[in-house]
Amino acid sequence: MNITMKFSALLIILALILASIAGLSYSNYFPAKEKIILATTTSTYDSGLLDYLLPNFEREKNVEVQVIAVGTGQAIEMARRGDADVILVHSPSDEKKLVKEGYGVDRRCVMYNDFVIIGPTRDSAKIKGLKAHEAFKNIYLSNSTFISRGDESGTHKKEKLIWNRAGLKPGGEWYIEVGGGMGDTLRIANEKQGYTLTDRGTYVSMLDRISLDILVEGDKTLLNPYGIIRVNSSKNSRLAQALSDYLLSKEGQDMIEGFKKNGVQLFYPLRGTCLDVDQ
Amino acid sequence: MNTIIDGLLKAFELIFSLDKEILQIMFLSLQVSGAATLIGSMIGIPIGAFLSFKTFLGKSLAITLNSTLMGLPPVVVGLFVYLFLSTSGPLGFLGLLFTPTAMIIAQTIMVVPIVAGITLAALNSVGKPIREKAISLGATQSQLVFTTLKEARFGILMAIITGFGAAISEVGAIIMVGGNIRWHTRTLTTATLLETRQGDFGLAIALGTILLILAFLVNFLLNKAQGAGK
Repeated sequence: MNITMKFSALLIILALILASIAGLSYSNYFPAKEKIILATTTSTYDSGLLDYLLPNFEREKNVEVQVIAVGTGQAIEMARRGDADVILVHSPSDEKKLVKEGYGVDRRCVMYNDFVIIGPTRDSAKIKGLKAHEAFKNIYLSNSTFISRGDESGTHKKEKLIWNRAGLKPGGEWYIEVGGGMGDTLRIANEKQGYTLTDRGTYVSMLDRISLDILVEGDKTLLNPYGIIRVNSSKNSRLAQALSDYLLSKEGQDMIEGFKKNGVQLFYPLRGTCLDVDQ
Repeated sequence: MNTIIDGLLKAFELIFSLDKEILQIMFLSLQVSGAATLIGSMIGIPIGAFLSFKTFLGKSLAITLNSTLMGLPPVVVGLFVYLFLSTSGPLGFLGLLFTPTAMIIAQTIMVVPIVAGITLAALNSVGKPIREKAISLGATQSQLVFTTLKEARFGILMAIITGFGAAISEVGAIIMVGGNIRWHTRTLTTATLLETRQGDFGLAIALGTILLILAFLVNFLLNKAQGAGK
């Protein structure tokens, strides 16, 4: 190890550090365009819907939509704290509460999809074709493995609502609360060959990687509407309004209708008409 | 098994195809963790030296406290930084939330105690004889500190390397304060998390592999600079 090599290695490190600092200051001080922050749920982002919907809007308005994909609970908390300009979530009762408290304004119904109950093909709890709450009752009575999101997300809230309707309090060895996203939960349900409640979109997008079947679908309780709400304290309310208008426009709604994954439509446009399923 | 092999192949494909998004993600990971390591070392090494050379009331408590902070869970750091930088938090007016700067702040907080703790251990392991010899040769306090720092340089380098390792591999703090925004605050670790969540394990492994390769290159350069190969 001679002194020249040492010296050149030092120089490379210094150059890298300087370049990175220069790069950071450049990107911090010369923002290319206006930006707004959209806090949304993992289901809309992870399915690829937003990457498909937003570029048109961004080009049209010369704005950048920065998407932060978190659980519905966290997205709503971000709205309360003023850390997002607009949110797209799926928990009607929390959405109405947010507006009522004054943190959110102008809630509009964008689209819906539905939840399904999936499980192993042999269906040992015999739930196929039942109503959602009857299916949960059979799972409970047979102590079949059930994987719960356990994270206060929109999906978890829907699950609790169904347990409530069945008049049961789940718990015990068979009831596994994972505290993770939908993808994680599906992965675990697949590994354990258990039952779970999932939104159809995430299920379809992972169809080639999991071997669980849809056993219950079509029950009205299982509808899953998404709403967009502007954050009251946003400094970019003009752009937030524009984004909300875009998603509700004919163009936006038709695009939602046309979005397919693995050949299956994932979301259905609501065109502003709210489906108020009780939550 | 196939997923792992496909993932490794995909890693090389991504690197050699110079995919624009992957390059941006790699560069941002290096920027954020590099800056956090640099700033963290500039703060942590003096703290380590202070704890080694000075005697003061509550010194052992300070050392225990530092050791505890070395194990700070990233998510907790992330949550604290988030609450401070949040629009309704005390530093919200700075507008730093969901920027690379916020990510550097969070990682720096993690790096400082690690660098300080390992620097302290490295300095303390420089034997008493050397310190005493330096003093007997008439070294002043600052000469003593300088000599000891020089003797402990491998240990201090290890402190910096460990700090960098903690920063570049961390995901809980930066996803909280950075938000994993595409083209802005997405790093190798947050992208790996996203791909895992989406069920694309192959791509997740590819990103993890790229992370390892980057960490290897950085460590290789650091070791060369120190002349550890001699």
